[in-house]
Amino acid sequence: MSPSESCHHLLDSLSAYVDGELSEALCRELERHLADCEDCRVVIDTLKKTIELYRETIAEPEVPADVRARLFQRLKLEDYLD
Amino acid sequence: MAVTKMPQSASNPQKSQNPVSSEDFSLEALRRGDPLEFARLVDAYSGMIYRLAKRILQNPQDAEDILQETFIKAYNALPRFDGRSRLSTWLYRIATNEALMLLRKKRPPTVSVDSPGGNDADDDGLPLQIVDWCCLPESELMSEEARRHLERSIEALPETLKTVFVLRELEGLSVRETAQVLEISEAAVKTRLHRARLALREALTVYFKERLPQVS
Repeated sequence: MSPSESCHHLLDSLSAYVDGELSEALCRELERHLADCEDCRVVIDTLKKTIELYRETIAEPEVPADVRARLFQRLKLEDYLD
Repeated sequence: MAVTKMPQSASNPQKSQNPVSSEDFSLEALRRGDPLEFARLVDAYSGMIYRLAKRILQNPQDAEDILQETFIKAYNALPRFDGRSRLSTWLYRIATNEALMLLRKKRPPTVSVDSPGGNDADDDGLPLQIVDWCCLPESELMSEEARRHLERSIEALPETLKTVFVLRELEGLSVRETAQVLEISEAAVKTRLHRARLALREALTVYFKERLPQVS
């Protein structure tokens, strides 16, 4: 199942809506559409959840100590490696 | 020129803490090659550069090479750094260019007609799966397996979407900074981020719909 053609131009605005960057007029238009369109409601709810999940669960790796040591060595900064 | 603040250790400069800025460093000292000031710069920004390179290249050894090359290039170019952009933006630009060059050398880019990353025209054409999985319990949504699936889905993003996604969402750069680093328009940053998010939503939907309770 996919959203109808009439939903497509609103789907393009979803990130701006989620980020609070949509103009008031477009916001109202989108919310009117969401009130009547179950498919788009599902898309926006799952999009918000996706953003929440990657913000909460994706761990960013630190620089391993040996990588940092080799970096300082290559840059001839060993004296400043604490 | 006085240096007023010490950056936190570079081992983990979390994006939300906005730990350092160009104002934390003496550009004068950096331009004349002061090793202490350069070591502080390396310490402050090596984390973000390593993470960025690892995400783009998906290989720890390549990420280490890019980390080293970025600071060697930066050291040589610092006397000509005009200070008009933030140091972090400038370093990100060097690192991103280096990483993408290495990536293209290793894997020539292919453009798929199905790829949403080929251009910025208004034709993302993603097949949208309409399944509401938000009702799943947190234990399912936040499971280690789900996290790994999300990691793999980020890795699988087309290069043009992934670079924007990593800079904007994982490293916390503003739209303007991301545009400056990648030398693209702010509109292109927003479009690519939106497509990356939709692609990840799609990937999670495929994953989670298999885990929804079956309704008879």
